[in-house]
Amino acid sequence: MLNSLGSQLKTLWTILQHSFTRAETVQYPEQQPYLAPRYRGRIVLTRDPDGDERCVACNLCAVACPVDCIALQQGTREDGRWYPTFFRINFSRCVMCGMCEEACPTTAIQLTPDFEMCEYNRNNMVYEKEHLLIDGTGKYHDYNFYRVAGMAIDGKDKGDAVNESVPVDVKSLLP
Amino acid sequence: MGELSQVLFPLLLLVGAVAAAAVLTWFERRLLGIWQDRYGPNRLGPFGVLQVASDMLKLLTKDDWVPPFSDRVVFVFAPTTIVVAMLLGFAVVPFSPDLYIIDLNIGVLFFLSMTSLAVYSVLLGGLASNNKYALLGGLRSAAQMVSYEVFMGLSLMGVVMLTGSFSMRDIVLAQTDLWFCVPQCLGLYVFLIAGVAESHRLPFDLPEAEHELTAGFHTEYGGMKFAMFMLGEYLGLILISCMIVTLFFGGWLGPWLPPVVWFTLKVFICICFFVLLRAAIPRPRYDQLMSLGWKYMLPLTLVNLVLTGAIALYMAEGF
Repeated sequence: MLNSLGSQLKTLWTILQHSFTRAETVQYPEQQPYLAPRYRGRIVLTRDPDGDERCVACNLCAVACPVDCIALQQGTREDGRWYPTFFRINFSRCVMCGMCEEACPTTAIQLTPDFEMCEYNRNNMVYEKEHLLIDGTGKYHDYNFYRVAGMAIDGKDKGDAVNESVPVDVKSLLP
Repeated sequence: MGELSQVLFPLLLLVGAVAAAAVLTWFERRLLGIWQDRYGPNRLGPFGVLQVASDMLKLLTKDDWVPPFSDRVVFVFAPTTIVVAMLLGFAVVPFSPDLYIIDLNIGVLFFLSMTSLAVYSVLLGGLASNNKYALLGGLRSAAQMVSYEVFMGLSLMGVVMLTGSFSMRDIVLAQTDLWFCVPQCLGLYVFLIAGVAESHRLPFDLPEAEHELTAGFHTEYGGMKFAMFMLGEYLGLILISCMIVTLFFGGWLGPWLPPVVWFTLKVFICICFFVLLRAAIPRPRYDQLMSLGWKYMLPLTLVNLVLTGAIALYMAEGF
């Protein structure tokens, strides 16, 4: 009884000492919190260093997405590059898990340190490609998928990619 | 007191007490914030004091809903009881030598009866809601009531014994030489604990117990009816603080400053202490509260009573 009373008094004293400690609160709208570069916030679609869309519409992000908030359709440009004819992310469903970023083979889809995306109208939470696409390269500055991939497009034939050897003609096995 | 002040003072006290209770909701949140290393409501107005107004506006404009499965009459009646009982309790508080509504010769008993009435509000509110959480809250309130009401009354008998009167004014005047918190420290300790339990505040807010019973007895209450419960709770807090100051800390007595200022200052410190209790002490289970009441507090009160009686007799008559 006396022991527990002493413990309670000690608790009271400890709490009373907190009258003189600073509040931990971050006064948010005036005082912006620091967000790390790898913070998982609003999703963007990046461009490669040459300014073309990185996304090849492979659908891996849509498959990886645990809440099925990504929808897209593949199309082919005249120069042979794949691109999404539409790319839609429903941010009212998105849980900012970053699975899409991890699944993406071309580093096109990336999460950014921005979380201030409140809307009064729920339909405004659905972002289309023109809302998602940014001008820069995001976190990976030098990567260009078509420069390293074996796929042939206009101006880059098979065997022209970085570290790619010229294709072997399997029908002529002459020594 | 003159005729006018006979009418004016109670009116002023009524408005003042309700306003103080309203401001206290904000003050408590700020104070809790300071002790928990955060700010509390600090956005609206200077230091966030307008939070009170916005809270009230919100509560006033809420839908005044009575659940169809409840006992309608009792459900509506219950929240008013606590406010009325607590406000009536203020009638016997002497704020200064000549600033009081009535100097009853049974002042202490009147106060005890009024605070006991307030418990029925919680009990009835819980039962009338016809909701499992509310029922559990009501049950706990009943269990709590039987465990502390006994020693709450008895703990004040030491003070009454030393004064020889139930009148609040006489009790304050009897403390001119020495405040009763010194000779009646046991009584003060017991009354403090009983007072926290009486006003249903943390650590003894078992009937409400947010974390276990959602909101306990007022789960089904909303809008102004909920506000009445809150008002009653904060009025109870002020009333208990007034009582502790009057009975144990010499009421309005004090040097230099005018009596009312002394009284207010002491009540303020007392309220701060209650908030500190809320910030620091966790809530016990209600069987723990009951065993604390019956096994420790009641014997302690009885010992205090016997000792006080013996000493009072010795002082009066010698051996």
